Amino acid sequence: MDTTNTDGGSFNASMQTSPGSMINQYKFDEEDEEQEPGAKDIFITVDDPESHVTTIETFITYRVLTKTTRGEFDSSEYEVRRRYQDFLWLRGRLEEAHPTLIVHPLPEKFVMKGMVERFNDDFIETRRRALHRFLDRVADHPILSCNEDFRVFLSAQAWELTSHKKQGPGFLTRMGETVRAVAASVRGVKNRPEEFNSIQEYVEAFSQKMTSLDRITQRITKEEKEYLEELKEYAPTYTLWSGSEEELAEPLKGMANSLDRCYQETEEQGRQLSDCLAPALHEYVLCSETLKAVLRRRDNIQAELEAKNEALATKRADRDAEPRERGVVWQSLLGKNPEEARQLKQQRLAGEIDELKEEIDKMEDRVEWANNALKGDWGRWQRSMRSDLKEAFLSTAQKNVDYYEKCLAVWESFLLSMRAEVSEVDQRAGDS
Amino acid sequence: MADAEREDAAETDTPNASDTQEKNTNITMAEDGSTLLKRMEITVAEAEKRTGKKAVNMQETYTVYLLETRPSAAVNEGQSVAPDALWRRYSEFELLRNYLLVTYPFIVVPPLPEKRAEFVWHKLSADNMDPDFVERRRVGLENFLLRVASHPVMSSDGIFYHFLTQERGWKEVVYETGFQAKAESRLRALNATFRVKNPDKRFMEMKHYSDELQSITSQLLRARARVADRLYGVYKVHGNYGRVFSEWSAIEKEMGDGLQSAGHHMDAYAASIDDILEEEEHYADQIKEYLFFSEALRAVCRKHELSQYELETESLDLASKKQQRDELATGTMRTFSFKGMTTKLFGQETADQREARLKLLEEQIVEGEETVREKTTECEEHVCSGWVDIQRFKEQKDRDLREAFINYAFMQMSMCRKGIQMWTNAKECFSKM
Repeated sequence: MDTTNTDGGSFNASMQTSPGSMINQYKFDEEDEEQEPGAKDIFITVDDPESHVTTIETFITYRVLTKTTRGEFDSSEYEVRRRYQDFLWLRGRLEEAHPTLIVHPLPEKFVMKGMVERFNDDFIETRRRALHRFLDRVADHPILSCNEDFRVFLSAQAWELTSHKKQGPGFLTRMGETVRAVAASVRGVKNRPEEFNSIQEYVEAFSQKMTSLDRITQRITKEEKEYLEELKEYAPTYTLWSGSEEELAEPLKGMANSLDRCYQETEEQGRQLSDCLAPALHEYVLCSETLKAVLRRRDNIQAELEAKNEALATKRADRDAEPRERGVVWQSLLGKNPEEARQLKQQRLAGEIDELKEEIDKMEDRVEWANNALKGDWGRWQRSMRSDLKEAFLSTAQKNVDYYEKCLAVWESFLLSMRAEVSEVDQRAGDS
Repeated sequence: MADAEREDAAETDTPNASDTQEKNTNITMAEDGSTLLKRMEITVAEAEKRTGKKAVNMQETYTVYLLETRPSAAVNEGQSVAPDALWRRYSEFELLRNYLLVTYPFIVVPPLPEKRAEFVWHKLSADNMDPDFVERRRVGLENFLLRVASHPVMSSDGIFYHFLTQERGWKEVVYETGFQAKAESRLRALNATFRVKNPDKRFMEMKHYSDELQSITSQLLRARARVADRLYGVYKVHGNYGRVFSEWSAIEKEMGDGLQSAGHHMDAYAASIDDILEEEEHYADQIKEYLFFSEALRAVCRKHELSQYELETESLDLASKKQQRDELATGTMRTFSFKGMTTKLFGQETADQREARLKLLEEQIVEGEETVREKTTECEEHVCSGWVDIQRFKEQKDRDLREAFINYAFMQMSMCRKGIQMWTNAKECFSKM
């Protein structure tokens, strides 16, 4: 039974394969994270959405452009077209290969709220940006960026990708893993290390906060839309009025004009909110779900180990126990020598115990591996969360400052025009 | 004190202190042509709630307003003179205005602040007892008094002067002028439909303008109220950011401080809209005043129509009588008359009868000519003084509304500055995250 490939399967051949050195891979220092300028060796863009219509379905593909100096790539530039399904496949493979690494989420399959049409321009643009961010995050990740499926995703032509997708762990292996995972999650983990408990607590609270912030931002966008609708009715009343007035005609037109300009500025400010802040917050709502899944998978791995340890303990107890009357009687009924039966049983148990011990050894490595992976990525994730959200809030605040400054200028120029009018009137009065 | 003040302020025909009880509709207050406002400081200083008996066993709560007056001369000289004061209810202001409307039909009489709150958006109270509403009303009442006191004609009115200076007995004095009878007929006339053949074109244009002004200002006010309502919503939702940032900061280490203080600024931002919109209500009140002014303008135009119509009717009547007389005198009968008919049916009338009729007609013609002369004068005077006041009103309106728009711009700028401040602060906090 080959169980070790689930964590090491897609590693670069040049990397060492001993558990010890692999553990070291997961120790991230601050220094490792700070990229020297020019140290980034892979650049990806996602653009040019195109609609494809077939007899069965309609779908969108995006152009994925890669420029890289990495050795494992044959060429330094790649241009491929990928659809959302391909991204889903890639992410699935990455999570399978590294169950306790934090893989950036993809934008959702559908957006139920507001019944956004799947091929609406705004939707496509938002999705395109999110897909780009996903690939960027993978490319930035020291482990994930070395993943073979990632390389294939970026470089393979369409037919190559299709045939590559068909490889990988077979159906039965997958089934076995799923069954074990379900069994483990049903059993639950008994002795979760404290640090993972506190991460769990944090993730739950963080998830709530992100959901709230996401909702609030959507609400603000909605309120602003309604404000704009009313403003649209308000400004023209001044224009209408100016038609009935003589002296007041210019001031009234000035009012209408100023309100119109403020309308436009408000529209633009609203776009910033829905194009920048809302997607960022929403992404972190999705991140929270990813984190919860990662913690669950880590728990399951530990639960498997605990189950095996329990099985070992049971078998040992079995082996060391006094032979029981009933067992011997049964054997003798079957025509076996009681002493022989006992020895057979001991032999069998010894074999099983040895096998279990071997499995447990591997599992312990696996658990330590998984824990270190998560710990390392956790720090990494926290840093990028902080940077992402700080950036999103900063640019929102800046946009709001800009908005108010522009509106201030609108009314200042209105006042100027009013003063200019007064001096004009005075001049006319003086001339007459 | 009021007496001494009156002696100070007015070179009048009736300086006697005891005359305060007399009805003094003929007091000429302004000898030098200046308006009352130039010589007297008028303020509506406070409002108070009172309870009293309305009808049998029915208690009512109402608001009274403190009206203070002081001679300007004293104030200018730096003397600290205590103002004279009396309390007035809104209904008394209404009574005063109705009196002015009837007494000066050629003047665009300033309106009172609204009786009930209209163009209300959801956070604004429609309750007459609400302190904000009462405060805005206080300002509106003061504004009304100042406008009347600065009007070249109305400021000399004795009833108005009494309103300002004499608390008790004022109502009786007003009623004694008999204006109420005129008030009813005025109302009926204003609401009647009649066709005028030759109205003054300028007045017709003005009437048309007053309709437009009324329509457009109410549309504007309604739209503004809805905008205010929505803007309120936008600001207030930001308060939720404050709450969630605060909760979030509790689970973060490095980001905690920045988030916490950003949250405070979000709360402040959400709270700032209350003052902003309260100030904007004053702008709405200024527009509202001209919404109500449009009615007063319309009334002056209608009065002209009425005078002109009455003149035309009288003239027609006179012309018809003259024609009857002519026919009777010459024996021809072109106009239909019952007398003529009965003559045809029952035989010719006697010469005596004809004489009698002629004489009657002549008398009626003389009366009619007098009436037409009076009506003509009345109409011409109304057109003349009405047009003067309409011009005055027009200039006042252009000035006031210009100022209102400038104030609106200042308010918007102030709101923008606050926004810049808040979000700059928030930015600083976010940068510390």
